[in-house]
Amino acid sequence: MSEVSLAQEFTKGLWKEIPPFRLVLGLCPTLAVTKAFETGFGMGLALTFVLVCSNVLVSAGRKMIPAKVRVPCFIIIIATFVVIVELMMQAYTYPLFLKLGIFIPLIVVNCIVLGRAEAFAYKNGIGASIADGLGMGIGFTIALSVLGSIREIFGAGTFLGKAIFGASFQPFTFMVEAPGAFVCLGLMLGIMNLVGSE
Amino acid sequence: MRDIIRMFVVLAVMGAFSGGALALVKSGTAEKIEFQQLKFVKGPAIQEIMEGSSNDPLVDRFKIKDGEVERSFFVGVFDGKANVAFEAEGKGFGGAIGLMVGVNLETDELLGMGVTTHSETPGLGARAKDDPSFRAQFKGMSLNQPFKVMTDGGKVDAVSGATITSKGVCGGMNQGAEFYKKLKPQIIEKAAAFAN
Repeated sequence: MSEVSLAQEFTKGLWKEIPPFRLVLGLCPTLAVTKAFETGFGMGLALTFVLVCSNVLVSAGRKMIPAKVRVPCFIIIIATFVVIVELMMQAYTYPLFLKLGIFIPLIVVNCIVLGRAEAFAYKNGIGASIADGLGMGIGFTIALSVLGSIREIFGAGTFLGKAIFGASFQPFTFMVEAPGAFVCLGLMLGIMNLVGSE
Repeated sequence: MRDIIRMFVVLAVMGAFSGGALALVKSGTAEKIEFQQLKFVKGPAIQEIMEGSSNDPLVDRFKIKDGEVERSFFVGVFDGKANVAFEAEGKGFGGAIGLMVGVNLETDELLGMGVTTHSETPGLGARAKDDPSFRAQFKGMSLNQPFKVMTDGGKVDAVSGATITSKGVCGGMNQGAEFYKKLKPQIIEKAAAFAN
């Protein structure tokens, strides 16, 4: 495995295959937890941790895991890391855990994590799998942070909980409600396509 | 046949490792999580009940063993006299409802109650927590009388549209009253140490 391809595995998740915008995977948390920058960023970090760890284990055990039971094996690995993240968040970032709520345990069934285990880590070496997991995870974190920032700034007029506009600013509360998530994601997809296609 | 055995062994070994790892993490974080819940979940309810106390009820707390379970009591001092708040649990519409019950140790009257955790329907059962008027009515009621909703011949005005939740809260209060009476001598003895 040469240096160049490792870098490629990493960077493809940042732009070329950035999960929610290009692969359009993992939309449930993308829509649900991007009400603010903080929740989007926290969700992204939690998912990155699970993704990297599960990629490493799946890749390391790919010779031992029989093909017929690979999906149950992936789920055991992923579920273990998800519960670890959940406990850690409860122990150290409790207010964030309260805000993310059910979406942390739902990482178990996140398409990105299972998809990378199946499509990448099960077929590639540990180094490449770490690069892939990191890239995809960071890409997901960036995407959620951007969406969260846009919705928080326009929907609530705040960033990181602090007001950034004057008192005369009338927030578009539509943006922080559920339909606003769809509109915002749709606009982002459109912009990405516009920029991506020369 | 060999394939099946291999699948079986791989799954069993992975399951065992995963269980072991989770047990380790769980026991490692248990203390921290308890503290966080105290601060963010129970804290607001306790502070509301014990508002105006001359001490910090989150710091002045003690535990009493009730058979298998260990129960926490939070002490709030008013005019040099100790009052306690403790947790009880009722069965609601969507699962367990965690309650915080504050009691005047001299009269057995409620200083107040609060809902800490629940999984009731937003807008209906969840109003047991969100609507201050529901919990305010408990203030001054005596723990020596069973809690019942009005339709059952009691004094508690149920949250409209959420009778099961309201009954669950009453059930939780009764369960709390039960162990409060059982443990009362120990509670008084331990709480007295905080009053001065």
